[in-house]
This record gives sequence, C-alpha cells and structure tokens, in this order.
Amino acid sequence: MRARVLVVDDDPALAEMLGIVLRSEGFLPSFVADGERAMPAFRETRPDIVLLDLMLPGMSGIDVCRAIRAESGVPIVMLTAKSDTVDVVLGLESGADDYVIKPFKPKELIARMRARLRRGEDVTPELLTIGPSGNQITIDVPAHTVSRNGDDVKLTPLEFDLLVALARKPRQVFTREVLLEQVWGYRHAADTRLVNVHVQRLRAKIEPDPERPEIILTVRGVGYKAGTG
Amino acid sequence: MTPSGLLTSLVRHAPTAVQAVRRTVVARTRTGWVAVRRTWRQSLQLRIVTITLCVSTLLVGTFGILVASMITKGLLQTETATAERKVRDGAIVAAQQMKGSDDADPNRGGVTGVLTQLTDRPEQGGQRFTVAMVPKMGEPLITAKYWPDLDVRPAITDELRREVQTSREVAHQIVTRDLDGDGPQRYLVYGVPVETVSGTVELYYVFPLADTVAMANLVATTVSVTGIALVVLLALIAAIVTRLVVRPVRLAARTAQRLSAGLLDQRMTVRGEDDLALLAGSFNQMAENLQRQIVRLEEMSRLQRRFTSDVSHELRTPLTTVRMAADLLFSERADFDPIVARSAELLQLELDRFEALLTDLLEISRFDAGFAMLDAEPTDLVPIVRSVTGGLGAVADRAGVAFDLDLPDGPVIAEVDVRRIERVLRNLIGNAVDHANGQPVRVTLRANDTAVAVAVRDHGVGLRSDEDKLVFNRFWRADPSRARQTGGTGLGLSISLEDARLHGGWLEAWGEPGRGAQFRLTLPARAGDRLVASPITLIPDDVAEPAESVPPAPEAVAALTAVLPSLRRASHG
Repeated sequence: MRARVLVVDDDPALAEMLGIVLRSEGFLPSFVADGERAMPAFRETRPDIVLLDLMLPGMSGIDVCRAIRAESGVPIVMLTAKSDTVDVVLGLESGADDYVIKPFKPKELIARMRARLRRGEDVTPELLTIGPSGNQITIDVPAHTVSRNGDDVKLTPLEFDLLVALARKPRQVFTREVLLEQVWGYRHAADTRLVNVHVQRLRAKIEPDPERPEIILTVRGVGYKAGTG
Repeated sequence: MTPSGLLTSLVRHAPTAVQAVRRTVVARTRTGWVAVRRTWRQSLQLRIVTITLCVSTLLVGTFGILVASMITKGLLQTETATAERKVRDGAIVAAQQMKGSDDADPNRGGVTGVLTQLTDRPEQGGQRFTVAMVPKMGEPLITAKYWPDLDVRPAITDELRREVQTSREVAHQIVTRDLDGDGPQRYLVYGVPVETVSGTVELYYVFPLADTVAMANLVATTVSVTGIALVVLLALIAAIVTRLVVRPVRLAARTAQRLSAGLLDQRMTVRGEDDLALLAGSFNQMAENLQRQIVRLEEMSRLQRRFTSDVSHELRTPLTTVRMAADLLFSERADFDPIVARSAELLQLELDRFEALLTDLLEISRFDAGFAMLDAEPTDLVPIVRSVTGGLGAVADRAGVAFDLDLPDGPVIAEVDVRRIERVLRNLIGNAVDHANGQPVRVTLRANDTAVAVAVRDHGVGLRSDEDKLVFNRFWRADPSRARQTGGTGLGLSISLEDARLHGGWLEAWGEPGRGAQFRLTLPARAGDRLVASPITLIPDDVAEPAESVPPAPEAVAALTAVLPSLRRASHG
C-alpha cells in the first residue's frame, strides 16, 4: 500500500520538487500551501504522515501541528529552516515527532519518513509493566494501548515506541544516541534535543508529577531508564 | 596534684597562656585594624570629619596656647610693674625713716615702725602684700604683719638674698610655697637693699600671686573650653556638609548600580538649582541617553536576529529545492552524456560546499547577534571523542592518518552543549587530519575537579609564532597557495572559538614550524564556572622537554623566543 503524505509548505517550487521525489519513492503526496487550509486538507486526505513547514502564511506551522495533534497521533515531520534550539524545541513540544533542517538531502528525508511509517511489524502478544508499585504503567504492545491504574493513556505512535523501547529493558540505561537509533531510526548520532523533548512530553502524559519522575528516570550524564517497582 | 606540682604546672603553662592571650589580642587588633581601614577607605564622610577634626584641633590648640600664654604673660607683667614701683617707693620711705632716727637699732622700735609705716597704707584696690626686713646683714628677719597675716620667711630664699646683697639693686623671684597651710601657692618676692647709717638693711615684699594664677587659669579654661567647643562644632559642620554632598553622591551611585543591573528607567530626583541638582540632572540625562542607546541597540540586535532568521529561511528554502533537484540529477547521471553527467557531479559537490558555507555563516552571524544559547547538560565526553574520530575515520584513511586516542578509563562528565562540542571537536580533529602530512594525530582527553580539556596534536607543518592567534580569524588560511583537502569553509575555527567562549571555556593553539601544532579546548566541568587552569599543558610534552636539554643554538634561541609568549600563557593555564 502506498503511503499518503500531506505536504504543508508555502513554497511552490519546493512543494513541486518534493512531489517529484516523493512520487519517485512510492508515496502518494498531496499539497496545501497555507496554514488556514491545512486542517480541512488533513481531514479530507487522512494522510499516513505529514510534512510540515514551520513558517507558513495564515496559521503558523506550530499551530497547525497542535491542531493536528489534538485530533490525531499521525507522524509529523517538521521541515524547518531554523536550527536554533528554541525553534526546534518549540516545534517538538507542539507535537512534531521529528524534524529535518533545510536544506536537507532527499534521502535523509525519505529515511526519516520511512522510520516513522515503519510500524505494526511485531504482532507477538506482549504485555509490559513498568513504574513503582501503586503507580504502574501497563503497555499492551500489539494493541498499542497504554494504561495507568486501569485508565487509558493516549500516546502518539512515537511516544508509544519510546515508552516500549525503555520498558522492554527496564533497569537498562539508554543513552540518547541509542534511543535516537532505536526509536527514530537515525544511523549516526543526531540531535539529542529530540529525545529530551519527547521524554518530557511522555512524562507529562504518564507521570503523576512530571517534575519528579518515577517511571522514566534521568541518569545524569548518561541518559534515561525505565523505573521499576 | 600537690600544691607544688600545681605551681610548677602553672609556671610551665604560663608562657603558653600568655602567648595565647597575646596571639588573641594581636589577632583581634588586626581584625579591628582591618575593619577600621576598610571603613576609612569606604566612607568619604568619615575621612573628611576625621581630617577636619585633626586639622582644627591642631589650629585651635596652637591658637589657644598662644592666647593663654600671652594673657598670662601680660597679667604677670602688670603685676610685676606695680610691685616694683611699690618696692622702690617703699625703699625710699624706709631710707628716709632710717636716716631720721639716729640710732637705727634694728631690734627696736625703729625697724618695726618703718615696717608698720610701710604697711600702714592700705591702698584701695591695690595689691595685697607683706613686708619683711632684715635689719642687718645676717640678722633674722622681722616681718610686718599686714595682710595676709603670714610668716613670709620661707618665701625669701637665700638665692634672692644673695642677689640683693651682692647686686645692691632691686631683685625679684617667683616662688611656690605653702605659707598659709592651704597648699602651695605662687608668690612674687621682691627684695631691695636700703642704705642706712648703720649699714645696709634688706627690705622684702611678698606679693601673693593667687589672683593672677586664678585669672590665668580662668583664661586657660575659657580658651580650652572654647577651643574644644569650636573643634566639635567644626567636626559637626564638616559632618553635616559632607552628608549634604555625600548623600546625593551615594544616591547617584545606587541609582547607577540599579541602572547597570538593567533597571533602565531609574532616575534621580532633581531638587533646587545647585550643583547637586546639576549632578542629578546630568545623571538623569546620561541615564536617558543610555536608555535610548540601549533600546536602540536592542532593537537593532532584534532586527539583526530577525534578519538572520529571515535570511536563513529565505535562502534555505530555494537551496533545498536546488539540492533535491541536484540529487535527482546526480542519481540519474549514468543515463546522461559525459559532459552533463560531470556537470551534475560538480553541481552536487559545490552544493555541499555552498551548504556548509551558508550554515557556518549563519552560525557566525548568530554569535555576532548574541543569539547563540548554551544548551548544556551533563555529558560523558569519552564517547563524544570516539564518535567524532569514528565519523572522521574515512577522511583520515584517505589522508593516511591514524588516530592515537589517549582517553581516561572512566567517564569524563562535564556540563556541555553536545551539539557544539561535537562541532568543535570535528573541526579540530578534521583540521589536524588535513595538516598532519600522514603522521598520526593524537587526541588527549583529561579532567580535573573543575575543568576538562581535549588536546588535538598533529605533527604536520606546524604554525609560525604569530599564527597561533591568526588561525582563529575568519577566512584565514595558513598558506593560501596550498591545496585544500577537505574544503573547509574558513570559518570552522572561528565558530569553534565562539562555541568554546559560550561555554566559558578556552580554545588555544600552539605550533612551531616543522614540529606540528596542538589545539587545546578547555571547558569548565560545571557550566557557568570560571576557568583558572587546564588539565593539559598547551605545549605538548614531547616538545617542551628537548628544548631544555639541548644547548641553545642561535636558531633554538630564536625558536624559544617565539615560543615564549605561548609558554607564558601555558604557565597561566
């Protein structure tokens, strides 16, 4: 099945070029050039992945990102010309799963997209439990559901993957580089801010007190690990 | 313990106790002295009051002593003059009286009569005095008992008598004697010889000086009290005046501190039209101008950042399209004819360079705009060094350069911005590979309690003495004629230097022609700490030692001189 891609970018030349590349890689792209029309287009095309430029006329990319996240966990890859920490972190915090900085190499973009789309391959029944007793998180891997004390927690696919990666090997410390490779599919170490922001987002959803995390613990100078009872 | 034992122990311990007490006293005194000196240095008011106090005390004191002594002297002179006149008169009267009586028998009525006559003339408001007479040389004194009723004999000294006898003139002396039993008092004693038929008779007048002394004391007291009052008043005035002046100055200082702390709308209140109002006015004007300038600069910096950001976006979007198109052409180049295929290759290669240059330029302009931010977190540097050398492995292999890693066994944790430190190390190690001439590149990582350092050593052409600073200049190249291998942008080391500075760290270079170069990056272990020393010396060990053991040839001396500045820096670092 060919994956549907929604490209939200106001530059016609870049959009056309992206179209050429995406089609040649076997995707089904559709395009929207301003922020205002992004949401109607999103609902209409129901894409498998969104490529989103952060600087848009009308509604800003950040707002579009938040709007999409409000109704869907679809993977969002930001296309950004700004590599400053504030811009990147702002984009990630508004819900993007990954980002590429312009000018990017087409192969790099395609690799990131495929990493985000590569899902649902493992269907072996697997039930994981992490967190201190009394505050446990249960993860049903094939069903893609997470629950805390019986209540369902809604996670985006990426947050789910991150949680599963940590939960499969509790007590093991994962460096940010390893997480980038396992969850995001990066070959070489890239931006560790990606990991930090997503861990924060995940904590905000599953930790009772995100300021004092008990489920996803920070190991100073090394990385993260899942807390156990 | 026996009493004697106690005594011995006391004696034995006494010196130590004394020493301890002395030490304490010395320490206390020193502490007190330091505090006083600090207050002295810090308080203008204290200084002015103290100086006024000292100077006015000196002036008023001198003046008071002068006035008091002059008044006393004047009083005494008047007293003496009156007394002398009386004595001379008395002498003439006595002489006439003694001539009148034929037989001036001193032991009879004659002398007593004379004395009575001399004293029997109470003068209104005149001096009080007592008269005594020695009828003949060597005979005992006869005193006329007048007022005060005293035996004045102890007041007449042998010295005065000798003088009267020998000089045959009026003589006087001031003596202090206790004549009335009320304590010693000062007396003015006059003596005069009186010629009579039966020989010379000595006539003595004793004037009590109690009044004069009392007057002199009164004068002295008045002068002292007035002087002290004056000094205190002057000090008070000085204190008030200084306070008047110092207060606005202190206020200005406080306002200036607030201004420099960023509260740009702080102003002083202008009261009146005097000099202090002028100070406040000028200060406010300065603050106003500063505020305007700062706001303007902030605005400019904001615009600059905005511009950087806009340029970044505006340039990058078309560049992305070009890049994608070039990639597409490049991947299809096998189907083109050779000329077009080569063009596609060149396009691809130069786009890489263009992209690197754009990235570096934007990075530099971000530093220039003060927009660069440190995103520091505790990180182990060992894997970073390994991953950077690993990433450059292909380049190093092509250049035939081996890496020689000298890393500690344990982790080396420091609060750093990983992205920036990786960039710096990639730059330093990449540069070293470029200039290594096929010799191994040594990367050393060391840490101490406060700092971590990475040194990258190559054994290539090295740097000339002035080049260790120039290498950090933008677009600077050691040898313009030399072909570049990795095609750096010429901004790498400038950016690395800025990255190091952003961490509060140092990036320094050492080099010698023919002996290679070493770049040392030193970073504080905790972000925001100040660096004082680096765990690695700037000049590599393999260079520093031979230079000392070899007897200095002229060339070596020249080389040493060239190295000296960096040596000095190394000893600092």
